[in-house]
Amino acid sequence: MESPFRSEAAAFRFLLVSIGAFALIVVASWVAAWLGLLVFLLLVTGAAWAYVRQRGPSLPREHIEHVGPADERRVLVVANETVGGDELMSEIGELALAGKTKFFVVSPALNSRLKTWTSDEDPARAAAQTRLHTTLERLASIGIEARGDIGDVDPLVAIEDAVRSFRPDEIVVSTHPEGRSNWLERGVVGTVRERYDVPVTHVVVDLERSDEGD
Amino acid sequence: MTSQADAVHEHHGPPEAHRSSRVDARTLGMFLFIASEAMLFGSFFTAYFFVRVVNPDAPAEWPPEPYHFPVFVAGINTAILVTSSFTMHWALQSIKRGNRPAFLAGMVLTFVMGLAFLLTQAVEYLNVGFNTGDGAFASVFFGLTGLHGAHVAIGLTLLGMVIIRGFRGHFSPEHHHGVELPGIYWHFVDVMWIVVYSVVYLI
Repeated sequence: MESPFRSEAAAFRFLLVSIGAFALIVVASWVAAWLGLLVFLLLVTGAAWAYVRQRGPSLPREHIEHVGPADERRVLVVANETVGGDELMSEIGELALAGKTKFFVVSPALNSRLKTWTSDEDPARAAAQTRLHTTLERLASIGIEARGDIGDVDPLVAIEDAVRSFRPDEIVVSTHPEGRSNWLERGVVGTVRERYDVPVTHVVVDLERSDEGD
Repeated sequence: MTSQADAVHEHHGPPEAHRSSRVDARTLGMFLFIASEAMLFGSFFTAYFFVRVVNPDAPAEWPPEPYHFPVFVAGINTAILVTSSFTMHWALQSIKRGNRPAFLAGMVLTFVMGLAFLLTQAVEYLNVGFNTGDGAFASVFFGLTGLHGAHVAIGLTLLGMVIIRGFRGHFSPEHHHGVELPGIYWHFVDVMWIVVYSVVYLI
């Protein structure tokens, strides 16, 4: 979950909004106590709605500075259950063949909202660790050296964290196909493209088809 | 190949802190502290609403006859405190632009207005006409406004430190975290007063 409060400027804006909101509540309360309560509830609902609406895409586009040798390409791979999928492995293989490439794989600790709110994250992190470990082993077996980490439950936050520490030149996001992907429904790929000024590749991994093939 | 599991084997001591996106750890710490402060104020507001609304013996008039709150003086005090947030914001924007005189002027003005607020509140306490032992309404009044006054005093201490450091040449457009964090706290103090003034004095 992303905090709307990030700076003094945000706190100052909140103060201005509070002045306006409480002026409305006071005036409504002078008319009738129940009207004041109603205005208060409406404002709280409106604030919650505005918060939900402003999350993600409204953040400014971020420039990612290249770090490391000039001839080295740094690729951040973000994937959920699809992390070991054939399509993703194939994409990583192609990128590895293109030149000197460093890979960093992020496996978000997927969890239900209720479990996240109650800090019941250990099983989700353990599952993400297992997925990540399997993927890194699989990449190593075909000669691709990669590092990795478990990410936040929110893919955008997980990417944000990885961008800060890894500074990628390209981001690869792996999802389930349209209709079965929660990330696609939430517009994660589009948001990542809006947010960062590096190429973003979307890889669709159909695990059901892979299972049928096996 | 490295994974977190490998890193854990190599690493001794507590695990690395989880990183929160795009929010500096110190700023996030201040916001979390403020969240805990909001809960503290929430408990005082709960007591206030219990005394005034839930309590079956709640007085029909607020404050109960024959007492009166100095709404006008408190209103002036509110205007002073709100203005101090504007000067605080101006001070931070000034140091971000490298305008040191404006930064110092903004900080001093903010401090003076905060001090004026606190002194006016002290005078208000001396002349309000009731004391903490004059009933539950008086207890919650002094509890809420006193709690807020304590926060203003803490805020003034922080502002005082910023002013001293500012006059000693600290802070620059690149390094102004020491101004930003007290600024966030000061805005919180202001927001809480807006709530206290609206709920206790006006409604």
